[in-house]
Amino acid sequence: MSSIVENFDLFAPRLVDKEEYFSVGHRACQGCGEALGIRLMCKALGKDTVIINATGCMEVISSLYPTTAWRLPWIHVAFPNSASAGSGVEAGLKVLRRKGRIPDRDVKTVSIGGDGGTVDIGIQALSGAMERRHDMLYVCYDNEAYMNTGIQRSGATPFGASTTTEPAGSASFGKKAWKKNVPEIMVAHNLPYVATACPSYPIDFMNKVKKARKIKGPSYIHCLSVCPTGWRLPPNLTIKAGRLAVETGVFPLYEVEDGKYRITIKMPEKLRPIEDYLKIQGRFRHLSADEIKMIQERVAQEYNKLLDKVNNLHSWPDLKQ
Amino acid sequence: MAKKKWPETWQEFNLGGMVFSPGNASEYHTGSWRDQRPVLDASKCIKCGLCYIFCPEGCISQDADGYFVADLDYCKGCGICAHECWPGAITMVEEG
Amino acid sequence: MTKRAGMEIAFAAAEAVALCKPDVVAAYPITPNTHIPEHLSDIVADGRIDAEFICVESEHSALSACCGASATGARVFTATSSQGLLFMGEVMPIVSAMRLPVVMAIGNRALSGPINIWNDHSDIMSQRDMGWISIFASNGQEVVDMVIQAFKIAEHREVLLPLNVNLDGFQLTHVVEPILFPDQSEVDRFLPEYEPYATLHPDKVLSMGTLGMPEIFTEAMKAKDVALINSKKVIMEVWEEWEKLFGRKYEPIQGYKTEGADVVLLTMGSMDETAEVAIDELRERKISAGLLKLKLWRPFPIEELRNAVKGAKVLAVMDRAVSCGGAAGPVCAEIKAALYGEPNPPAIVNYVIGLGGRDVTVDDFITIAEKAAQAEKEKPKEAYEIYGVRGS
Repeated sequence: MSSIVENFDLFAPRLVDKEEYFSVGHRACQGCGEALGIRLMCKALGKDTVIINATGCMEVISSLYPTTAWRLPWIHVAFPNSASAGSGVEAGLKVLRRKGRIPDRDVKTVSIGGDGGTVDIGIQALSGAMERRHDMLYVCYDNEAYMNTGIQRSGATPFGASTTTEPAGSASFGKKAWKKNVPEIMVAHNLPYVATACPSYPIDFMNKVKKARKIKGPSYIHCLSVCPTGWRLPPNLTIKAGRLAVETGVFPLYEVEDGKYRITIKMPEKLRPIEDYLKIQGRFRHLSADEIKMIQERVAQEYNKLLDKVNNLHSWPDLKQ
Repeated sequence: MAKKKWPETWQEFNLGGMVFSPGNASEYHTGSWRDQRPVLDASKCIKCGLCYIFCPEGCISQDADGYFVADLDYCKGCGICAHECWPGAITMVEEG
Repeated sequence: MTKRAGMEIAFAAAEAVALCKPDVVAAYPITPNTHIPEHLSDIVADGRIDAEFICVESEHSALSACCGASATGARVFTATSSQGLLFMGEVMPIVSAMRLPVVMAIGNRALSGPINIWNDHSDIMSQRDMGWISIFASNGQEVVDMVIQAFKIAEHREVLLPLNVNLDGFQLTHVVEPILFPDQSEVDRFLPEYEPYATLHPDKVLSMGTLGMPEIFTEAMKAKDVALINSKKVIMEVWEEWEKLFGRKYEPIQGYKTEGADVVLLTMGSMDETAEVAIDELRERKISAGLLKLKLWRPFPIEELRNAVKGAKVLAVMDRAVSCGGAAGPVCAEIKAALYGEPNPPAIVNYVIGLGGRDVTVDDFITIAEKAAQAEKEKPKEAYEIYGVRGS
């Protein structure tokens, strides 16, 4: 309780744009962290935006012909190509504006996809789009599995989680590989702006979206989207689970601007123990004390690696190449 | 609950499957999904707006007196608002 | 003023695209169509046209980027062959379902297994059902004409479908031919600026690429099918206009010396011209032979085909692709379906030729015509013959 009172973000919600660009009536599960993320992102983007959406939860629950929950221009093409279709949208808008065939004002291209459409099947298109420096924001809504098709394992599934294609059983403890670190891959693409975010910290998330939107070039935000259905927790714990992911160091909230790392919210003096996060989720219920210890060690190490970067790396001037 | 209408004939199918009515998903009342609903105790509400921010449906809005109230046509009863309301102004009550 | 130039046909195709002032080109190189995007990127780099050339990282991304760009209202173009076409495959039916007028040039090349960079039609034949308009060129002039016509047809308000122009890899792409180029003002008059039906822009908000439940999917497919079938009317109008402007005539099926022909060969692509030479020689020898050159593959010209074969005793259909384990080659299967139930249809024989770039010669066609003539009396033993294969 005390940490919430210290966090003065509390009173900002009333100042947020009341316009809902993602309407009611969408078919997301109760308590869907991803739907919340979309809703908040759209508020931060404003109306001069085009959304390109990969196949996945958000696309399916929002666009059942003849209805749509989107109050922004929106296109869905296929699963691996949010970033490449987005490249085309960005190029189209750019050239049409230059030729005077559309009004002369900024319209931001924003490609979104789940962890499936970003980390695995979509990684090629994402890398290509970022390498080519399209003026485009990419937001990955990471619910840590292929949730839309029934909770199958993805590259973003955390170590030890049970999914339907890498389940826990008497001969297995679930996912054997550590979560793929896509924000770091994006930093390696030398993007002007890379950030991690979570709707449990809504003002931090929306500020990051606003910041990314202003960049004249590529930017990337990785948004942890709590999924009560797939993570097997009660729907009312969505926000709490996101907070615990941050407070235990599992998903630190940071941003990287031209190579300079910065943690963007006030972290507790000492990270909370990993059990606090794992024990509320059914997908980790099978883990033994030893396995939890392994996870704790690695989480601590990853967090320390990040702190190392925060403390020692500095920003490099953008030489515009 | 509002009923969905399918186009009667193929000639009525919009070109390319495009939908020209932004936000018309609101024709579908997801409120029928829930088995519990949020009830506000206005005496405890400090009108902070956290419930409004955290609602995945975006169905919470301010009434004439400034209290944040959920639109029961759409509320799926997830309970996030009740859980996050730190003055404890919202309680989830079983439906039916 | 029309300009006459001797040019490699792939370069000529790029010049034709440039005359159409595309807005976005997104392409990935693959032999043998690579010279098309390469030359286009030269044209962009020299500032001759104002376009965004996206060097995408794969063909899947090429067609996806074209989708995104077309959806904003840009005129788009891409080119590919063989494996590249398969890699775009997932997006092919999506482009047509979304009614985006993407124009694509395909340098027809054999599908792998074994990997082979030379010409056959297996790549385009794998895309029959994808809902694209599909046109075949026999020579360089046709390539240039068809590319310019393609934008007008695809973007027509009554069509709004993607279109692919097929030119044989190496046989056409890498061959130098004399070509008449319309000048920019002629093309500008023929091809107006693209006026999209709907675009992605905040001034008029819409959603594209929505989810289709079983309750509406059939209606969606019917709508697409009807659009493709009805596009033939616009294709014919565009071809009529082209003939008036430039004097070159295009038809869904063009006959060559078919009057009174007993044996009629049917070909597609560059082998049309080789077959013409064979027909000339057969006619010299007083053999009653003729040729049908199929140019419009999709929408399939059923009526035109039925009329074209009237009076023929034997129709020998050339397939430049095998439908392994099928009842006929891809083109022959289509022909047979179109002719089924017709009174007095010709006997039909099917030859699969020219796979993986194997040369098809005038002598080959003469032999085929002579063999086909036997079919009138004696039904062939196999459903189709892979002509010229070594080994029995």
